[in-house]
Amino acid sequence: MTARPMLELVGLSKHFPVRSPFGRITGAVRAVDTVSLTIPRGGVYGLAGESGSGKSTIARMIMGLTRPTAGDILLDGENITGQAGTRAYGRKVQMVFQNPGSSLNPRRTIGQSIAVPLEAHAYPRAGRAARIGELLDMVQLPADFARRYPHELSGGQKQRVAIARALAVAPKLIVLDEPTSALDVSVQARLIDLLVDLGRQLELTYLFISHDLSLMRNFAEEVGVLYLGRIVETGPTASVFEHPAHDYTRLLLASVPVISAEEEAMRPRIELIDGEIPTAEKLLARRQASHLPQDP
Amino acid sequence: MSEALLSVRDLSVEFVTYGQTNKVLRGVSLDVPAHSQVALVGESGSGKSVTMKAIMGLLRSPPARITGGQLLYDGRDLQTLPHRERLKLRGTSMSMVFQDPMSSLNPVFTIGDQMGTILKYADRRLGRVRSGRERQARVQEVLSQVRMREPERVARSYPIMLSGGMRQRVLIAMALLSEPRLLIADEPGTALDVTTQAQILKLLKDLVEARGLALMMITHNLGVVRETSSYVYVMNKGVVVEHGPTAELFAAPRDAYTQALIAAVPRLTGGTRFGRREAIP
Repeated sequence: MTARPMLELVGLSKHFPVRSPFGRITGAVRAVDTVSLTIPRGGVYGLAGESGSGKSTIARMIMGLTRPTAGDILLDGENITGQAGTRAYGRKVQMVFQNPGSSLNPRRTIGQSIAVPLEAHAYPRAGRAARIGELLDMVQLPADFARRYPHELSGGQKQRVAIARALAVAPKLIVLDEPTSALDVSVQARLIDLLVDLGRQLELTYLFISHDLSLMRNFAEEVGVLYLGRIVETGPTASVFEHPAHDYTRLLLASVPVISAEEEAMRPRIELIDGEIPTAEKLLARRQASHLPQDP
Repeated sequence: MSEALLSVRDLSVEFVTYGQTNKVLRGVSLDVPAHSQVALVGESGSGKSVTMKAIMGLLRSPPARITGGQLLYDGRDLQTLPHRERLKLRGTSMSMVFQDPMSSLNPVFTIGDQMGTILKYADRRLGRVRSGRERQARVQEVLSQVRMREPERVARSYPIMLSGGMRQRVLIAMALLSEPRLLIADEPGTALDVTTQAQILKLLKDLVEARGLALMMITHNLGVVRETSSYVYVMNKGVVVEHGPTAELFAAPRDAYTQALIAAVPRLTGGTRFGRREAIP
């Protein structure tokens, strides 16, 4: 493989200051702590983690919405740590958010919403209507949706519009932040189908952020498990899921509600503490107390 | 089949809005036998929540109207029961566990106050007498049953001081206050992280089994159905399309909708093929 990776994060960190009531800085929360990962061109990388793991902060840093405390972000071989958030950068990286209900402006028609990135990137005015129709077609929505308002659309349709808007400037990398967590499972399946098809057609690279491990298993080729700002385990999705090495990964996998005996057999067994499934803190504290090595 | 603790017979409900009539439930029948764990699963708009609300008597009329069918609880017809008698059942013998969000707890009262109030009104309806101190003792007893380590501290806390998982435990404790026979759980734990959700589901299952309660689990998550129930009803567009023992139904679904629904669930073992697929009916 000689090709440059599409996205590379090198030792990326974000610390938020903790202040006393008088404004003095008394410490720091390490929301993201020296995270490194590489996504090849056309690859799908899954970032798995629960609330507070730092997955959204990573997404924000890649999008240029938050400045990293340390580390580098390389897009297509180019260090963009300083220029994230600029127009030129926005042409290459786009994001699809979790809640399609609140990421579309209710007072704009679908066509107007999709036109925003086209205007921002100075797409020729004459071609815009045609481009909007083309984008709607790409996400399998009828062209007349351009005249509708978000409230007339279902959740799945709104999320398709969000994807169309992200595709408007023909980006290379799309950050998907829990794109299906608000949707029904059948709608989710069709949306992932669409993302897979678009990824193939347009050679898109995806960073897929989710807490849904079953979905991740079937969508991401590689996975990184985030816990308190650090990637505790990473590798090809199949091997991480079949042979999880880290206690936290094992706990996450053991917690997934599954629908078949085969899946149940595959879930790691977690020893109960006081008759209960332990919390991550308890489980890791017990590991430390027993002096067993954890980090591979 | 009259032994079922809860029996819904051929229930039809319609909503009238802006002069338009929508048939939301069309002849729904289901049974929850005593001591059994039954799930009602469906996607949004399937009618599972309307079914639950009809059972609990929480449908607002208008716009909702029950146009046919019977709701039998312990052999008694809930619809013809005098209002007072129905109130005696609700929140006491048949109790509900709501979805976490902050919305189901009042932010300006402590957990102990809120649970005490619920108990007070439940007692009043049932004609029981209990002093404030006895009530607080019962509140702490139930809080420790949901495995809260420091029940006194939790009782003194305001909802904002508790984590999502602890709030969900409080909601379960509230449902247990009056020693119900039937628990109706509406998507408990869906708002929580997956590890916390697993804890909550295990707790709920342990409680139901240890106390011999009947559980009716209402959810959209097929994994949750398999974890918590032994019998399942699948709803789509206001109709029960298929029902049967959970393991059997998941292994060999007969209805086309159920088949498509199960096929849409990504598997932890992989092998779910995304890309072109047939439309879901």
